[in-house]
Amino acid sequence: MIATRKVKNLVFKGLCLGATLLGLGILVLILFTLLQKGLAGLHWSLFTESTPGPDGEGGLANAIVGSLMMTGLGILMAAPVGVLAGTWLAEYGQDSKTADSIRFLNGMLMSAPSILIGLFVYQMMVVSMGHFSGWAGAVALAIIALPVIISTTEEMLKLVPRNLREAGAGLGTPRWKVTVKLSYKAVGTGIITGILLSVARISGETAPLLFTALNSSFMTTNPNEPMANLPVTIYQFAMSPSESWNQLAWSGALLITMAILFLNVLSRVLPQLKKRRS
Amino acid sequence: MKALMLRALPWDGDNLFRRACLASAGLISVLMFAILVSLVTGAWPALEQFGLGFFVSDEWNPITEQYGAANALYGTLVSSLIAVLLALPVGVGVAIFLSELCPKWLSKPLSIAIELLAAVPSIIYGMWGLFVFAPWFADGFQLWAGENLADLPVIGSLFSGPPMGVGLLTSGIILAFMILPILTSLIKEALSTVPNVLREATYGIGATQFEVIAKVLLPAIKGPIFGALILALGRALGETMAITFVIGGAQSMEMSLFMPATSISATIAEQFNEATGELHVASLIGLGLVLFMITFVVMGTARVLLRRKAQ
Repeated sequence: MIATRKVKNLVFKGLCLGATLLGLGILVLILFTLLQKGLAGLHWSLFTESTPGPDGEGGLANAIVGSLMMTGLGILMAAPVGVLAGTWLAEYGQDSKTADSIRFLNGMLMSAPSILIGLFVYQMMVVSMGHFSGWAGAVALAIIALPVIISTTEEMLKLVPRNLREAGAGLGTPRWKVTVKLSYKAVGTGIITGILLSVARISGETAPLLFTALNSSFMTTNPNEPMANLPVTIYQFAMSPSESWNQLAWSGALLITMAILFLNVLSRVLPQLKKRRS
Repeated sequence: MKALMLRALPWDGDNLFRRACLASAGLISVLMFAILVSLVTGAWPALEQFGLGFFVSDEWNPITEQYGAANALYGTLVSSLIAVLLALPVGVGVAIFLSELCPKWLSKPLSIAIELLAAVPSIIYGMWGLFVFAPWFADGFQLWAGENLADLPVIGSLFSGPPMGVGLLTSGIILAFMILPILTSLIKEALSTVPNVLREATYGIGATQFEVIAKVLLPAIKGPIFGALILALGRALGETMAITFVIGGAQSMEMSLFMPATSISATIAEQFNEATGELHVASLIGLGLVLFMITFVVMGTARVLLRRKAQ
Protein backbone atom coordinates (compact mmCIF):
# COMPACT_ATOMS: atom_id res chain seq x y z
CA MET A 1 0.00 0.00 0.00
CA ILE A 2 2.70 2.43 1.04
CA ALA A 3 4.77 1.24 -1.88
CA THR A 4 2.05 1.97 -4.44
CA ARG A 5 1.50 5.40 -2.93
CA LYS A 6 5.18 6.13 -3.22
CA VAL A 7 5.28 4.89 -6.78
CA LYS A 8 2.27 7.01 -7.70
CA ASN A 9 3.92 10.01 -6.14
CA LEU A 10 7.12 9.43 -8.09
CA VAL A 11 5.31 8.88 -11.38
CA PHE A 12 3.31 12.04 -10.84
CA LYS A 13 6.40 14.11 -10.07
CA GLY A 14 8.08 12.62 -13.10
CA LEU A 15 5.17 13.65 -15.32
CA CYS A 16 5.25 17.22 -14.00
CA LEU A 17 8.98 17.39 -14.60
CA GLY A 18 8.42 15.95 -18.06
CA ALA A 19 5.84 18.62 -18.89
CA THR A 20 8.27 21.34 -17.82
CA LEU A 21 11.08 19.83 -19.85
CA LEU A 22 8.74 19.65 -22.83
CA GLY A 23 7.91 23.37 -22.57
CA LEU A 24 11.56 24.34 -22.13
CA GLY A 25 12.53 21.94 -24.88
CA ILE A 26 10.27 23.69 -27.37
CA LEU A 27 11.85 27.04 -26.57
CA VAL A 28 15.33 25.59 -26.89
CA LEU A 29 14.42 23.82 -30.14
CA ILE A 30 13.02 26.99 -31.68
CA LEU A 31 16.05 29.03 -30.66
CA PHE A 32 18.35 26.28 -31.89
CA THR A 33 16.62 26.17 -35.27
CA LEU A 34 16.83 29.95 -35.58
CA LEU A 35 20.52 29.97 -34.75
CA GLN A 36 21.27 27.04 -37.00
CA LYS A 37 19.46 28.43 -40.02
CA GLY A 38 19.80 32.14 -39.36
CA LEU A 39 23.45 32.51 -38.43
CA ALA A 40 24.58 31.47 -41.90
CA GLY A 41 23.10 34.63 -43.37
CA LEU A 42 24.25 37.00 -40.68
CA HIS A 43 26.59 39.31 -42.58
CA TRP A 44 27.04 43.04 -42.60
CA SER A 45 25.20 43.15 -45.90
CA LEU A 46 22.07 42.18 -43.96
CA PHE A 47 22.07 45.66 -42.42
CA THR A 48 23.40 47.66 -45.36
CA GLU A 49 21.62 46.27 -48.42
CA SER A 50 17.95 46.24 -49.32
CA THR A 51 15.88 43.15 -50.09
CA PRO A 52 16.89 41.60 -53.42
CA GLY A 53 14.84 40.10 -56.21
CA PRO A 54 14.37 36.33 -56.14
CA ASP A 55 17.72 34.52 -56.05
CA GLY A 56 19.58 37.84 -55.85
CA GLU A 57 22.07 38.98 -53.28
CA GLY A 58 20.97 41.49 -50.71
CA GLY A 59 20.04 42.23 -47.15
CA LEU A 60 17.18 43.37 -44.99
CA ALA A 61 18.15 47.01 -44.45
CA ASN A 62 14.89 48.45 -45.79
CA ALA A 63 12.83 46.00 -43.74
CA ILE A 64 14.78 46.74 -40.57
CA VAL A 65 14.44 50.50 -41.06
CA GLY A 66 10.74 50.17 -41.85
CA SER A 67 10.08 48.00 -38.82
CA LEU A 68 11.96 50.35 -36.52
CA MET A 69 10.08 53.34 -37.91
CA MET A 70 6.64 51.83 -37.67
CA THR A 71 7.24 50.37 -34.23
CA GLY A 72 8.62 53.74 -33.11
CA LEU A 73 5.73 55.73 -34.56
CA GLY A 74 3.24 53.23 -33.14
CA ILE A 75 4.69 53.54 -29.65
CA LEU A 76 4.89 57.33 -29.89
CA MET A 77 1.16 57.35 -30.61
CA ALA A 78 0.19 54.70 -28.08
CA ALA A 79 2.37 55.58 -25.08
CA PRO A 80 0.99 59.04 -24.13
CA VAL A 81 -2.62 58.02 -24.71
CA GLY A 82 -2.08 54.74 -22.88
CA VAL A 83 -0.42 56.32 -19.88
CA LEU A 84 -3.13 58.99 -19.59
CA ALA A 85 -5.90 56.42 -19.92
CA GLY A 86 -4.26 54.21 -17.32
CA THR A 87 -3.97 57.25 -15.07
CA TRP A 88 -7.68 57.95 -15.43
CA LEU A 89 -8.54 54.38 -14.47
CA ALA A 90 -6.28 54.40 -11.43
CA GLU A 91 -6.73 57.98 -10.20
CA TYR A 92 -10.14 59.20 -11.29
CA GLY A 93 -12.30 56.33 -12.49
CA GLN A 94 -11.31 53.86 -9.77
CA ASP A 95 -14.29 51.66 -8.94
CA SER A 96 -16.92 53.56 -10.89
CA LYS A 97 -19.13 51.80 -13.41
CA THR A 98 -17.60 53.76 -16.28
CA ALA A 99 -14.11 52.68 -15.26
CA ASP A 100 -15.26 49.08 -15.00
CA SER A 101 -16.69 49.05 -18.48
CA ILE A 102 -13.61 50.73 -19.91
CA ARG A 103 -11.48 48.10 -18.18
CA PHE A 104 -13.65 45.40 -19.72
CA LEU A 105 -13.40 46.90 -23.20
CA ASN A 106 -9.67 47.36 -22.75
CA GLY A 107 -9.33 43.68 -21.93
CA MET A 108 -11.37 42.85 -24.99
CA LEU A 109 -9.22 45.07 -27.20
CA MET A 110 -6.14 43.40 -25.75
CA SER A 111 -7.46 40.00 -26.73
CA ALA A 112 -8.94 40.99 -30.08
CA PRO A 113 -7.11 38.99 -32.77
CA SER A 114 -4.50 41.26 -34.30
CA ILE A 115 -5.59 40.43 -37.82
CA LEU A 116 -8.90 42.15 -37.06
CA ILE A 117 -7.04 45.32 -36.10
CA GLY A 118 -5.42 45.07 -39.52
CA LEU A 119 -8.82 44.77 -41.23
CA PHE A 120 -10.10 47.74 -39.24
CA VAL A 121 -7.19 50.02 -40.10
CA TYR A 122 -7.36 48.85 -43.72
CA GLN A 123 -10.93 50.08 -43.96
CA MET A 124 -10.29 53.26 -42.00
CA MET A 125 -7.05 54.39 -43.59
CA VAL A 126 -6.01 52.35 -46.59
CA VAL A 127 -9.38 52.56 -48.31
CA SER A 128 -9.83 56.25 -47.65
CA MET A 129 -6.24 57.21 -48.56
CA GLY A 130 -6.30 54.91 -51.56
CA HIS A 131 -2.98 53.21 -50.86
CA PHE A 132 -1.08 51.16 -48.29
CA SER A 133 1.18 53.20 -46.06
CA GLY A 134 3.61 53.15 -43.19
CA TRP A 135 1.22 55.40 -41.25
CA ALA A 136 -1.53 52.81 -41.48
CA GLY A 137 0.91 50.16 -40.26
CA ALA A 138 1.97 52.36 -37.36
CA VAL A 139 -1.63 53.05 -36.36
CA ALA A 140 -2.42 49.32 -36.42
CA LEU A 141 0.59 48.64 -34.19
CA ALA A 142 -0.41 51.51 -31.89
CA ILE A 143 -3.89 50.01 -31.41
CA ILE A 144 -2.28 46.71 -30.43
CA ALA A 145 0.14 48.35 -28.00
CA LEU A 146 -2.43 50.66 -26.41
CA PRO A 147 -4.34 48.23 -24.15
CA VAL A 148 -1.10 46.71 -22.82
CA ILE A 149 0.21 50.14 -21.85
CA ILE A 150 -3.11 51.12 -20.28
CA SER A 151 -3.33 48.11 -18.03
CA THR A 152 0.30 48.15 -16.91
CA THR A 153 0.08 51.87 -16.15
CA GLU A 154 -3.04 51.32 -14.08
CA GLU A 155 -1.50 48.40 -12.20
CA MET A 156 1.63 50.41 -11.48
CA LEU A 157 -0.18 53.54 -10.28
CA LYS A 158 -2.21 51.41 -7.88
CA LEU A 159 1.08 50.50 -6.20
CA VAL A 160 1.87 54.11 -5.28
CA PRO A 161 1.60 54.31 -1.51
CA ARG A 162 -1.33 56.35 -0.27
CA ASN A 163 0.72 58.44 2.11
CA LEU A 164 2.97 59.62 -0.72
CA ARG A 165 -0.05 61.17 -2.41
CA GLU A 166 -1.34 62.53 0.86
CA ALA A 167 2.02 64.10 1.60
CA GLY A 168 1.95 65.81 -1.78
CA ALA A 169 -1.63 66.94 -1.42
CA GLY A 170 -0.90 68.15 2.12
CA LEU A 171 1.66 70.58 0.74
CA GLY A 172 -1.09 72.10 -1.37
CA THR A 173 0.18 70.57 -4.59
CA PRO A 174 -2.54 70.31 -7.22
CA ARG A 175 -3.65 66.76 -7.90
CA TRP A 176 -2.25 66.59 -11.42
CA LYS A 177 1.14 67.67 -10.11
CA VAL A 178 1.02 64.98 -7.46
CA THR A 179 0.33 62.44 -10.19
CA VAL A 180 2.94 63.69 -12.63
CA LYS A 181 5.72 64.63 -10.25
CA LEU A 182 5.28 62.07 -7.49
CA SER A 183 3.34 59.06 -8.73
CA TYR A 184 4.88 58.83 -12.19
CA LYS A 185 8.28 59.24 -10.67
CA ALA A 186 7.67 56.59 -8.04
CA VAL A 187 6.50 53.91 -10.47
CA GLY A 188 8.11 55.21 -13.64
CA THR A 189 10.24 52.13 -14.14
CA GLY A 190 7.15 49.98 -14.02
CA ILE A 191 5.42 52.08 -16.65
CA ILE A 192 8.52 52.05 -18.86
CA THR A 193 8.61 48.27 -18.44
CA GLY A 194 5.03 48.07 -19.71
CA ILE A 195 5.95 50.20 -22.70
CA LEU A 196 9.01 48.02 -23.40
CA LEU A 197 6.83 44.93 -23.29
CA SER A 198 4.41 46.44 -25.75
CA VAL A 199 7.33 47.34 -28.06
CA ALA A 200 8.35 43.70 -27.89
CA ARG A 201 4.82 42.60 -28.57
CA ILE A 202 4.22 44.77 -31.64
CA SER A 203 7.60 44.34 -33.26
CA GLY A 204 6.83 40.75 -34.19
CA GLU A 205 3.26 41.39 -35.35
CA THR A 206 2.74 40.32 -38.93
CA ALA A 207 -0.97 39.95 -39.57
CA PRO A 208 -1.99 43.59 -39.02
CA LEU A 209 0.77 44.79 -41.35
CA LEU A 210 -0.31 42.57 -44.23
CA PHE A 211 -3.11 44.92 -45.24
CA THR A 212 -1.85 48.21 -43.85
CA ALA A 213 1.84 48.82 -44.51
CA LEU A 214 1.97 45.92 -46.94
CA ASN A 215 5.65 45.65 -47.87
CA SER A 216 8.11 47.23 -50.22
CA SER A 217 11.33 46.12 -51.78
CA PHE A 218 12.76 49.63 -51.65
CA MET A 219 14.34 51.63 -48.90
CA THR A 220 11.90 54.29 -47.85
CA THR A 221 11.60 56.47 -44.80
CA ASN A 222 8.43 58.11 -46.02
CA PRO A 223 5.52 56.74 -44.00
CA ASN A 224 3.13 57.89 -46.71
CA GLU A 225 4.22 55.02 -48.91
CA PRO A 226 3.90 51.27 -48.48
CA MET A 227 6.68 50.38 -46.12
CA ALA A 228 9.05 47.45 -45.89
CA ASN A 229 9.04 45.62 -42.58
CA LEU A 230 10.65 42.54 -41.14
CA PRO A 231 7.62 40.39 -40.28
CA VAL A 232 5.90 40.62 -43.67
CA THR A 233 9.25 40.19 -45.44
CA ILE A 234 9.90 37.05 -43.38
CA TYR A 235 6.45 35.74 -44.26
CA GLN A 236 6.81 36.35 -47.99
CA PHE A 237 10.40 35.16 -48.20
CA ALA A 238 9.82 32.03 -46.12
CA MET A 239 6.90 30.97 -48.29
CA SER A 240 8.82 31.46 -51.55
CA PRO A 241 10.77 28.77 -53.38
CA SER A 242 13.82 31.05 -53.75
CA GLU A 243 16.69 29.81 -51.62
CA SER A 244 18.33 33.18 -51.10
CA TRP A 245 14.97 34.56 -49.95
CA ASN A 246 14.56 31.63 -47.57
CA GLN A 247 17.97 32.36 -46.10
CA LEU A 248 17.05 36.02 -45.59
CA ALA A 249 13.79 34.94 -43.95
CA TRP A 250 15.67 32.79 -41.41
CA SER A 251 18.21 35.52 -40.70
CA GLY A 252 15.40 38.03 -40.27
CA ALA A 253 13.59 35.62 -37.98
CA LEU A 254 16.73 35.24 -35.88
CA LEU A 255 17.19 39.02 -35.63
CA ILE A 256 13.62 39.77 -34.65
CA THR A 257 13.33 36.94 -32.13
CA MET A 258 16.60 37.87 -30.44
CA ALA A 259 15.52 41.51 -30.26
CA ILE A 260 12.16 40.57 -28.74
CA LEU A 261 13.62 38.13 -26.23
CA PHE A 262 16.19 40.76 -25.27
CA LEU A 263 13.43 43.34 -24.66
CA ASN A 264 11.51 40.83 -22.58
CA VAL A 265 14.46 39.95 -20.42
CA LEU A 266 15.36 43.63 -20.09
CA SER A 267 11.85 44.45 -18.93
CA ARG A 268 12.26 41.92 -16.13
CA VAL A 269 15.74 42.99 -15.13
CA LEU A 270 15.05 46.73 -15.19
CA PRO A 271 12.74 46.93 -12.15
CA GLN A 272 15.15 44.82 -10.12
CA LEU A 273 18.13 46.99 -11.01
CA LYS A 274 16.18 50.02 -9.86
CA LYS A 275 15.23 48.30 -6.64
CA ARG A 276 18.82 47.43 -5.88
CA ARG A 277 20.03 50.96 -6.56
CA SER A 278 17.59 52.68 -4.23
CA MET B 1 -20.06 88.81 -18.00
CA LYS B 2 -18.83 86.53 -20.72
CA ALA B 3 -15.21 87.07 -19.77
CA LEU B 4 -16.07 86.28 -16.19
CA MET B 5 -17.74 83.03 -17.16
CA LEU B 6 -14.76 82.05 -19.22
CA ARG B 7 -12.51 82.62 -16.31
CA ALA B 8 -14.85 80.66 -14.11
CA LEU B 9 -14.65 77.76 -16.49
CA PRO B 10 -12.37 75.29 -14.82
CA TRP B 11 -9.46 75.34 -17.23
CA ASP B 12 -6.85 74.98 -14.54
CA GLY B 13 -4.20 72.27 -14.65
CA ASP B 14 -6.21 69.82 -12.63
CA ASN B 15 -9.15 69.93 -14.96
CA LEU B 16 -7.10 69.85 -18.12
CA PHE B 17 -5.22 66.85 -16.90
CA ARG B 18 -8.35 65.03 -15.78
CA ARG B 19 -10.03 65.68 -19.11
CA ALA B 20 -7.01 64.50 -21.08
CA CYS B 21 -7.00 61.32 -19.02
CA LEU B 22 -10.71 60.78 -19.46
CA ALA B 23 -10.52 61.39 -23.20
CA SER B 24 -7.73 58.84 -23.51
CA ALA B 25 -9.68 56.27 -21.54
CA GLY B 26 -12.81 57.00 -23.54
CA LEU B 27 -10.87 56.36 -26.73
CA ILE B 28 -10.93 52.65 -25.89
CA SER B 29 -14.72 52.46 -26.09
CA VAL B 30 -14.65 54.50 -29.30
CA LEU B 31 -12.10 52.11 -30.78
CA MET B 32 -14.00 48.97 -29.85
CA PHE B 33 -17.21 50.42 -31.24
CA ALA B 34 -15.48 51.58 -34.43
CA ILE B 35 -13.95 48.13 -34.98
CA LEU B 36 -17.35 46.48 -34.70
CA VAL B 37 -18.99 49.05 -37.02
CA SER B 38 -16.23 48.79 -39.60
CA LEU B 39 -16.46 45.00 -39.64
CA VAL B 40 -20.23 45.06 -40.03
CA THR B 41 -20.20 47.68 -42.79
CA GLY B 42 -17.29 46.00 -44.54
CA ALA B 43 -19.03 42.65 -44.47
CA TRP B 44 -22.42 44.09 -45.42
CA PRO B 45 -22.34 43.29 -49.17
CA ALA B 46 -21.67 39.65 -48.36
CA LEU B 47 -24.32 39.48 -45.65
CA GLU B 48 -26.81 41.11 -48.00
CA GLN B 49 -26.00 38.66 -50.76
CA PHE B 50 -25.91 35.44 -48.78
CA GLY B 51 -27.96 36.31 -45.70
CA LEU B 52 -27.60 33.96 -42.75
CA GLY B 53 -26.53 31.29 -45.22
CA PHE B 54 -23.10 32.93 -45.11
CA PHE B 55 -22.50 31.45 -41.67
CA VAL B 56 -23.50 27.88 -42.55
CA SER B 57 -22.54 27.41 -46.18
CA ASP B 58 -19.36 25.45 -46.80
CA GLU B 59 -18.83 26.76 -50.27
CA TRP B 60 -15.94 29.13 -50.82
CA ASN B 61 -15.45 29.72 -54.48
CA PRO B 62 -14.06 32.98 -55.90
CA ILE B 63 -14.89 31.89 -59.44
CA THR B 64 -18.60 31.36 -58.93
CA GLU B 65 -18.60 34.10 -56.26
CA GLN B 66 -20.16 31.82 -53.66
CA TYR B 67 -18.85 32.37 -50.15
CA GLY B 68 -19.65 30.68 -46.87
CA ALA B 69 -17.91 30.68 -43.50
CA ALA B 70 -18.40 27.06 -42.47
CA ASN B 71 -15.04 25.60 -43.60
CA ALA B 72 -12.98 28.33 -42.00
CA LEU B 73 -15.09 28.27 -38.86
CA TYR B 74 -14.68 24.50 -38.59
CA GLY B 75 -10.90 24.72 -38.96
CA THR B 76 -10.68 27.52 -36.41
CA LEU B 77 -12.75 25.68 -33.82
CA VAL B 78 -11.19 22.24 -34.29
CA SER B 79 -7.57 23.44 -34.26
CA SER B 80 -8.22 25.58 -31.17
CA LEU B 81 -9.97 22.74 -29.36
CA ILE B 82 -7.07 20.39 -30.09
CA ALA B 83 -4.71 23.05 -28.79
CA VAL B 84 -6.60 23.47 -25.54
CA LEU B 85 -6.95 19.73 -24.97
CA LEU B 86 -3.23 19.17 -25.50
CA ALA B 87 -2.03 22.23 -23.60
CA LEU B 88 -4.17 21.67 -20.48
CA PRO B 89 -2.41 18.62 -19.00
CA VAL B 90 1.01 19.98 -19.91
CA GLY B 91 0.16 23.42 -18.50
CA VAL B 92 -1.11 21.95 -15.23
CA GLY B 93 2.02 19.81 -14.98
CA VAL B 94 4.37 22.73 -15.58
CA ALA B 95 2.49 24.94 -13.13
CA ILE B 96 2.61 22.27 -10.44
CA PHE B 97 6.26 21.60 -11.02
CA LEU B 98 7.20 25.26 -10.90
CA SER B 99 5.15 26.23 -7.86
CA GLU B 100 5.04 23.06 -5.76
CA LEU B 101 7.85 20.70 -6.65
CA CYS B 102 10.98 22.48 -7.79
CA PRO B 103 13.35 24.38 -5.46
CA LYS B 104 12.66 28.10 -5.10
CA TRP B 105 15.91 29.31 -6.67
CA LEU B 106 15.16 27.31 -9.80
CA SER B 107 11.51 28.25 -10.08
CA LYS B 108 12.06 31.88 -11.06
CA PRO B 109 14.41 31.38 -14.02
CA LEU B 110 12.39 28.43 -15.29
CA SER B 111 9.18 30.44 -15.10
CA ILE B 112 10.79 33.23 -17.09
CA ALA B 113 11.97 30.74 -19.69
CA ILE B 114 8.46 29.32 -20.05
CA GLU B 115 7.04 32.85 -20.29
CA LEU B 116 9.52 33.68 -23.03
CA LEU B 117 7.68 31.10 -25.12
CA ALA B 118 4.83 33.61 -25.23
CA ALA B 119 7.14 36.35 -26.48
CA VAL B 120 8.29 34.43 -29.54
CA PRO B 121 6.35 35.97 -32.43
CA SER B 122 3.60 33.98 -34.09
CA ILE B 123 5.38 34.00 -37.43
CA ILE B 124 8.39 32.24 -35.92
CA TYR B 125 6.14 29.45 -34.65
CA GLY B 126 4.76 29.26 -38.18
CA MET B 127 8.18 28.91 -39.82
CA TRP B 128 9.39 26.46 -37.24
CA GLY B 129 6.14 24.50 -37.52
CA LEU B 130 6.29 24.29 -41.29
CA PHE B 131 9.99 23.63 -41.82
CA VAL B 132 10.99 21.72 -38.71
CA PHE B 133 8.00 20.28 -36.89
CA ALA B 134 5.76 19.27 -39.82
CA PRO B 135 8.29 17.06 -41.66
CA TRP B 136 9.29 15.40 -38.42
CA PHE B 137 5.66 14.89 -37.44
CA ALA B 138 4.82 13.43 -40.86
CA ASP B 139 7.65 10.89 -40.76
CA GLY B 140 7.06 10.02 -37.16
CA PHE B 141 3.60 10.11 -35.71
CA GLN B 142 1.58 10.43 -38.90
CA LEU B 143 3.25 7.49 -40.62
CA TRP B 144 2.86 5.37 -37.51
CA ALA B 145 -0.76 6.45 -36.99
CA GLY B 146 -1.60 5.71 -40.62
CA GLU B 147 -0.42 2.14 -40.11
CA ASN B 148 -1.73 1.50 -36.63
CA LEU B 149 -4.63 3.80 -35.82
CA ALA B 150 -6.37 4.38 -39.14
CA ASP B 151 -8.20 1.07 -39.05
CA LEU B 152 -9.63 1.46 -35.57
CA PRO B 153 -13.39 1.85 -35.42
CA VAL B 154 -14.81 5.35 -34.89
CA ILE B 155 -11.57 7.23 -34.16
CA GLY B 156 -9.73 5.63 -37.07
CA SER B 157 -11.02 8.12 -39.59
CA LEU B 158 -9.47 10.94 -37.55
CA PHE B 159 -6.03 9.55 -38.32
CA SER B 160 -6.45 8.43 -41.90
CA GLY B 161 -5.06 10.33 -44.82
CA PRO B 162 -1.62 10.94 -46.24
CA PRO B 163 1.18 11.95 -43.84
CA MET B 164 1.69 15.44 -45.22
CA GLY B 165 2.79 17.10 -42.04
CA VAL B 166 0.60 20.15 -42.39
CA GLY B 167 -3.06 20.05 -41.45
CA LEU B 168 -5.51 20.45 -38.59
CA LEU B 169 -3.64 18.35 -36.03
CA THR B 170 -0.31 20.06 -36.69
CA SER B 171 -2.00 23.45 -36.28
CA GLY B 172 -3.51 22.30 -33.02
CA ILE B 173 -0.13 21.18 -31.70
CA ILE B 174 1.64 24.40 -32.67
CA LEU B 175 -1.20 26.39 -31.09
CA ALA B 176 -0.84 24.28 -27.95
CA PHE B 177 2.80 25.37 -27.62
CA MET B 178 1.74 28.97 -28.08
CA ILE B 179 -0.94 28.96 -25.38
CA LEU B 180 1.10 26.92 -22.90
CA PRO B 181 2.70 29.96 -21.18
CA ILE B 182 -0.58 31.74 -20.49
CA LEU B 183 -2.14 28.56 -19.11
CA THR B 184 0.89 27.89 -16.94
CA SER B 185 1.07 31.37 -15.50
CA LEU B 186 -2.66 31.54 -14.72
CA ILE B 187 -2.67 28.11 -13.05
CA LYS B 188 0.47 28.98 -11.12
CA GLU B 189 -1.21 32.14 -9.91
CA ALA B 190 -4.26 30.15 -8.85
CA LEU B 191 -2.08 27.65 -6.97
CA SER B 192 -0.42 30.49 -5.10
CA THR B 193 -3.79 31.65 -3.78
CA VAL B 194 -4.45 28.34 -2.01
CA PRO B 195 -3.73 28.94 1.67
CA ASN B 196 -0.70 27.11 3.03
CA VAL B 197 -2.72 25.78 5.95
CA LEU B 198 -4.43 23.39 3.55
CA ARG B 199 -1.11 22.01 2.37
CA GLU B 200 0.31 21.70 5.88
CA ALA B 201 -2.81 20.02 7.20
CA THR B 202 -2.78 17.42 4.45
CA TYR B 203 0.94 16.75 4.74
CA GLY B 204 0.39 16.52 8.48
CA ILE B 205 -1.85 13.49 8.12
CA GLY B 206 0.86 11.78 6.10
CA ALA B 207 -0.24 12.46 2.53
CA THR B 208 2.25 12.29 -0.31
CA GLN B 209 2.85 15.29 -2.55
CA PHE B 210 0.75 13.64 -5.23
CA GLU B 211 -2.16 13.24 -2.85
CA VAL B 212 -1.94 16.81 -1.60
CA ILE B 213 -1.87 18.19 -5.12
CA ALA B 214 -4.40 15.91 -6.74
CA LYS B 215 -6.90 15.71 -3.90
CA VAL B 216 -6.64 19.11 -2.25
CA LEU B 217 -4.94 21.74 -4.41
CA LEU B 218 -6.34 20.96 -7.84
CA PRO B 219 -9.97 20.62 -6.68
CA ALA B 220 -9.55 23.93 -4.86
CA ILE B 221 -8.64 25.76 -8.07
CA LYS B 222 -11.04 24.03 -10.46
CA GLY B 223 -12.78 27.30 -11.28
CA PRO B 224 -9.68 29.36 -12.13
CA ILE B 225 -8.31 26.46 -14.22
CA PHE B 226 -11.52 26.48 -16.23
CA GLY B 227 -11.29 30.24 -16.66
CA ALA B 228 -7.67 29.95 -17.77
CA LEU B 229 -8.67 27.29 -20.26
CA ILE B 230 -11.30 29.53 -21.84
CA LEU B 231 -8.83 32.43 -21.97
CA ALA B 232 -6.29 30.21 -23.71
CA LEU B 233 -9.00 29.06 -26.10
CA GLY B 234 -9.68 32.69 -26.97
CA ARG B 235 -5.99 33.20 -27.73
CA ALA B 236 -5.90 30.15 -29.97
CA LEU B 237 -8.99 31.18 -31.92
CA GLY B 238 -7.49 34.44 -33.15
CA GLU B 239 -3.96 33.26 -33.83
CA THR B 240 -3.05 34.01 -37.43
CA MET B 241 0.45 33.67 -38.80
CA ALA B 242 1.41 30.37 -37.19
CA ILE B 243 -1.77 28.78 -38.48
CA THR B 244 -1.38 30.26 -41.94
CA PHE B 245 1.92 28.41 -42.27
CA VAL B 246 0.88 25.00 -41.02
CA ILE B 247 -2.83 24.44 -41.63
CA GLY B 248 -2.43 23.75 -45.33
CA GLY B 249 -4.79 26.38 -46.70
CA ALA B 250 -7.46 24.13 -48.17
CA GLN B 251 -11.11 25.18 -48.20
CA SER B 252 -12.45 21.85 -47.08
CA MET B 253 -13.98 20.10 -44.12
CA GLU B 254 -12.69 16.57 -43.59
CA MET B 255 -13.02 14.08 -40.78
CA SER B 256 -9.30 13.35 -40.84
CA LEU B 257 -7.15 15.56 -38.63
CA PHE B 258 -4.25 14.97 -41.01
CA MET B 259 -5.90 16.73 -43.91
CA PRO B 260 -5.10 20.32 -44.85
CA ALA B 261 -7.82 22.75 -43.83
CA THR B 262 -8.11 26.44 -43.21
CA SER B 263 -9.09 28.79 -40.45
CA ILE B 264 -10.78 32.17 -40.43
CA SER B 265 -7.57 34.06 -39.79
CA ALA B 266 -5.56 32.02 -42.30
CA THR B 267 -8.16 32.56 -45.01
CA ILE B 268 -8.09 36.32 -44.43
CA ALA B 269 -4.29 36.45 -44.32
CA GLU B 270 -3.90 34.42 -47.50
CA GLN B 271 -6.63 35.91 -49.64
CA PHE B 272 -7.17 39.50 -48.61
CA ASN B 273 -4.56 41.13 -50.80
CA GLU B 274 -5.40 38.95 -53.78
CA ALA B 275 -9.15 39.27 -53.34
CA THR B 276 -10.95 39.83 -56.59
CA GLY B 277 -14.08 41.88 -56.49
CA GLU B 278 -16.16 43.53 -53.82
CA LEU B 279 -17.99 40.39 -52.78
CA HIS B 280 -14.75 38.51 -52.08
CA VAL B 281 -13.40 41.31 -49.89
CA ALA B 282 -16.74 41.65 -48.12
CA SER B 283 -16.85 37.91 -47.45
CA LEU B 284 -13.35 37.99 -45.98
CA ILE B 285 -14.35 40.86 -43.72
CA GLY B 286 -17.46 38.82 -42.90
CA LEU B 287 -15.16 36.04 -41.71
CA GLY B 288 -13.45 38.67 -39.58
CA LEU B 289 -16.80 39.63 -38.09
CA VAL B 290 -17.47 36.00 -37.20
CA LEU B 291 -14.04 35.77 -35.53
CA PHE B 292 -14.67 39.02 -33.65
CA MET B 293 -17.97 37.73 -32.28
CA ILE B 294 -16.55 34.36 -31.22
CA THR B 295 -13.52 35.83 -29.48
CA PHE B 296 -15.67 38.50 -27.83
CA VAL B 297 -18.00 35.89 -26.35
CA VAL B 298 -15.19 33.52 -25.35
CA MET B 299 -12.99 36.22 -23.82
CA GLY B 300 -15.94 37.87 -22.11
CA THR B 301 -16.84 34.55 -20.51
CA ALA B 302 -13.26 33.96 -19.41
CA ARG B 303 -12.97 37.39 -17.84
CA VAL B 304 -16.23 37.03 -15.97
CA LEU B 305 -15.19 33.58 -14.72
CA LEU B 306 -11.72 34.64 -13.66
CA ARG B 307 -12.97 37.78 -11.97
CA ARG B 308 -15.68 35.99 -10.04
CA LYS B 309 -13.18 33.46 -8.72
CA ALA B 310 -10.70 36.17 -7.88
CA GLN B 311 -13.10 37.91 -5.55
